[in-house]
Amino acid sequence: MSHTPSQNPAPPDPTELELFTGFLGASLRGFGGVFVMGRRMLVEEKRWLTPDEFVEILGVCQFLPGANIVNVSVAVGQRFRGWRGSLASLAGLIVAPGAISVGLAALFLHYAFIPQVSRAMGAVAAAAAGLVIGTAVKMAGPLLKQDGVLAIPICLGTLIAAGVLHWPLIVVLLVMAPAGAALAWVRRAR
Amino acid sequence: MSETPSPLGPIAIQFALLSVVAVGGVNAVTPEIHRQVVETSHWMSSREFSELFAVAQATPGPNMLIATLVGWKVGSWLGAIVATVAVVGPSSVIVYTVSRLWDRFRDLPWRKVVQAGMAPVVVGLIGSSGYILAKGGAADWRGMLVVAASAILIWRTRLNPLWMLAGAAGLSLLGVV
Repeated sequence: MSHTPSQNPAPPDPTELELFTGFLGASLRGFGGVFVMGRRMLVEEKRWLTPDEFVEILGVCQFLPGANIVNVSVAVGQRFRGWRGSLASLAGLIVAPGAISVGLAALFLHYAFIPQVSRAMGAVAAAAAGLVIGTAVKMAGPLLKQDGVLAIPICLGTLIAAGVLHWPLIVVLLVMAPAGAALAWVRRAR
Repeated sequence: MSETPSPLGPIAIQFALLSVVAVGGVNAVTPEIHRQVVETSHWMSSREFSELFAVAQATPGPNMLIATLVGWKVGSWLGAIVATVAVVGPSSVIVYTVSRLWDRFRDLPWRKVVQAGMAPVVVGLIGSSGYILAKGGAADWRGMLVVAASAILIWRTRLNPLWMLAGAAGLSLLGVV
């Protein structure tokens, strides 16, 4: 019996179409990954999730296989509209960018015979590789601060196994994930 | 029925398997995609792989577009669709199932320990992605400089990554790198 209905807005109830267009918009604005834009859309613009709900969903999604934002879209779609919502969110997220990237790749290959184009693409590829390396360095920072004894051997071991020795991913995971969990278990009391 | 010489079958199977083990997202799986596509199956060169990765980075949208582009390169439009569905489908089914059982999953006592142990593995995988992509993408010392500059900029600043990609293209067209 509240007299201030503005404090109790109706709970969010996006339709399949709204889920599709919401994720489509976030996806098309997300260069170098949609994660940041996805959070902004869900929490700040559409207010489909509170910040806490977003963190909770993300926590479980990070634990599961798949790209974080892809998983978040499936979980958010499921929450509001069941499997149809999951499909709508997922389609919004990937269909248009997929078509654009294929178009760009086709365009590049069409003009790759021009030496300048090919050289420029090489430079862009080098920059893209740098982005990934810089991201890894950025992510390593907090881990080192938290517990270097855990982070350094597991990081370096994984880097060498996957990057230098070219072990299959499943072998890397079967060796390094239990090692990391065991080390985290041993050091949890610190 | 599926006895065709096209690489669509192998692509579908390999990417679907990858989808299930893709902990840490697509950047963490890039070394494995590279291993299968370049080293094992010889579908493209390391340089071509790095270029496709760059196109995926320069396109708005999730990073898993690299799978779409690998599928496209190997099997045209149908390949792109098959690869995308294969890389997104299995993990999405898992997420969908788990999100229906949310509350039981939320407070698993061992989740924190497993996550703490997984975090450095994911960072190591992403680092090796960068290393493999740099080996394929940087042709000489000038390429290495571009790699280093872009890594430092994304690490130390909040610049939109598109600037690094556009800057590299611009410097190349000017003949600097």
